[in-house]
Amino acid sequence: MKLIVAIIKPFKLEDVRNALIRAGVVGMTVSEVQGYGRQSGHTEVYRGAEYQTNFVPKLKIEMVVPDEVSAEVVEAIVEAANTGKIGDGKVWILSVEDLVRVRTGERGAEAL
Amino acid sequence: MHYNAGDTAWVLVSAALVLFMTPGLAFFYGGMVRSKNVLGMLMQNFATMAVVSLIWVFGAYSLAFGPDWGGFGLVGTLHFFGLAHSSQPVPGYTGAISQHIPPLAFVVFQMTFAIITPALITGSIADRVRFGPFLLFVALWSVLVYAPIAHWAFDPHGWLYRMGVEDFAGGTVVEINAGAAGLAIATVVGRRRGWPRSPMPPHNVPLTLMGAGILWFGWFGFNAGSALGANNLAAHAFINTNTAGAAGLLGWIAVEKLRGGKSTTLGAVSGAVAGLVAITPSCGFVDAVGAGVIGVAAGVVCSLAVSAKFRLGVDDSLDVGGVHLIGGVVGTLLIGLLGTMATNGSNGFFYGGGLGLLGRQGLAVLASGAFSFAMTWVIAKAIDKSVGLRMAPEDEFEGMDTALHAESAYDFGGSFLRSLGGGSMSNAQ
Repeated sequence: MKLIVAIIKPFKLEDVRNALIRAGVVGMTVSEVQGYGRQSGHTEVYRGAEYQTNFVPKLKIEMVVPDEVSAEVVEAIVEAANTGKIGDGKVWILSVEDLVRVRTGERGAEAL
Repeated sequence: MHYNAGDTAWVLVSAALVLFMTPGLAFFYGGMVRSKNVLGMLMQNFATMAVVSLIWVFGAYSLAFGPDWGGFGLVGTLHFFGLAHSSQPVPGYTGAISQHIPPLAFVVFQMTFAIITPALITGSIADRVRFGPFLLFVALWSVLVYAPIAHWAFDPHGWLYRMGVEDFAGGTVVEINAGAAGLAIATVVGRRRGWPRSPMPPHNVPLTLMGAGILWFGWFGFNAGSALGANNLAAHAFINTNTAGAAGLLGWIAVEKLRGGKSTTLGAVSGAVAGLVAITPSCGFVDAVGAGVIGVAAGVVCSLAVSAKFRLGVDDSLDVGGVHLIGGVVGTLLIGLLGTMATNGSNGFFYGGGLGLLGRQGLAVLASGAFSFAMTWVIAKAIDKSVGLRMAPEDEFEGMDTALHAESAYDFGGSFLRSLGGGSMSNAQ
């Protein structure tokens, strides 16, 4: 199993979710996060004083998927989240040792 | 004594309108501070209403409008202390300017001015002053600074009034006074920790706009009420007030646009307030063109003036100097050019008068500004050296709301975790 973590632009959430549904992913966790990569923050101006905000609002989505579909899922996310502009985000993949469904106690891929 | 019912009604309503400006000012400022300090700002303004209300009744009113002490035109006596002799007419208002309202209506109307003026100063010292010593400052300041300057310019026996200085509703008494005092006390308490390097942007611009709206609304009482009657002069002051506020708004955002930026919400409300500040002394002396010119001038000049604090190194946090001092100076001086007998008072330079009026206005600007700055500096320094004005560094970092008042203004994101986080009610039954 793989844990796929994606940082995306907030307004791309619906596109990414639809792409994941098409790819057969049945669940995800979304959090609002702030951070920066190569994209700098934005500038706000109050009475002529400029404030540089260093951290840009993003969404972090996380899901665990079976090994054999992980490449396809990553591709779906990348395609859906892409605008071609700086700040589109990152996707990374980690191996998952085990997984438990709380309700039934099922383990591993059974629990997905 | 014959009282005019219409005049009395208008002045009483105006007093209520002006009193409402102080909570409006609290929101105007409260939106501009960081979210950890908004209650601290609101409290300073709201509590000022209480402190000055009492000081005014017990002493300050009499010092401002009581019989002149010694004939110098500097300060009144304590003849009206505790509102004694309240059925006697207010001294000096005789002949053409005799009042047709009960003296107590005048007392309460002027009280609301005495309240908002020290409240304006809170913008200069946002986020860093202890609450109790602040209240002490307001009490002393009302007696030692506000009352004398009000006597000088508002009381017909005051030396500026007698000289022919024209200040309809408080360009010197309120705006220049508060602005100069703000700069003085900001100098004494010092900069906020981290200023100007750390960003300290407004936390709630909508709150600021709501406050500015309340100010604009209340300003009709401030300016048109200063006619002390329901009459043609009040109507002049009323429309001029609105014209200048509108022109100031457009002037400020035009400057933003011309300097290559965007027209900001904060710029629009600041411009409106700048225009209203500048028309305060002049609303009863100029015509529609004059009001428009004064409004635009204030919007443009104040929008450029607010950045001066960075060069001066004075953390006048919410630009009381840049908006109220400078706006007050613009409005007070421009009477010397734009005043017209067709409205009221003397002709300014552009209307066939000489330069004498401009000179007198200039003297009033210097006298009120210098006295306010010097006296405020002394009061603030005395309080700072004795009981201490400045908050402890850790309190300043934590924010006024929890450190000084044991409250927080907003309970959004943190509320869920807080409800789970092991908190308990210490006095739960």
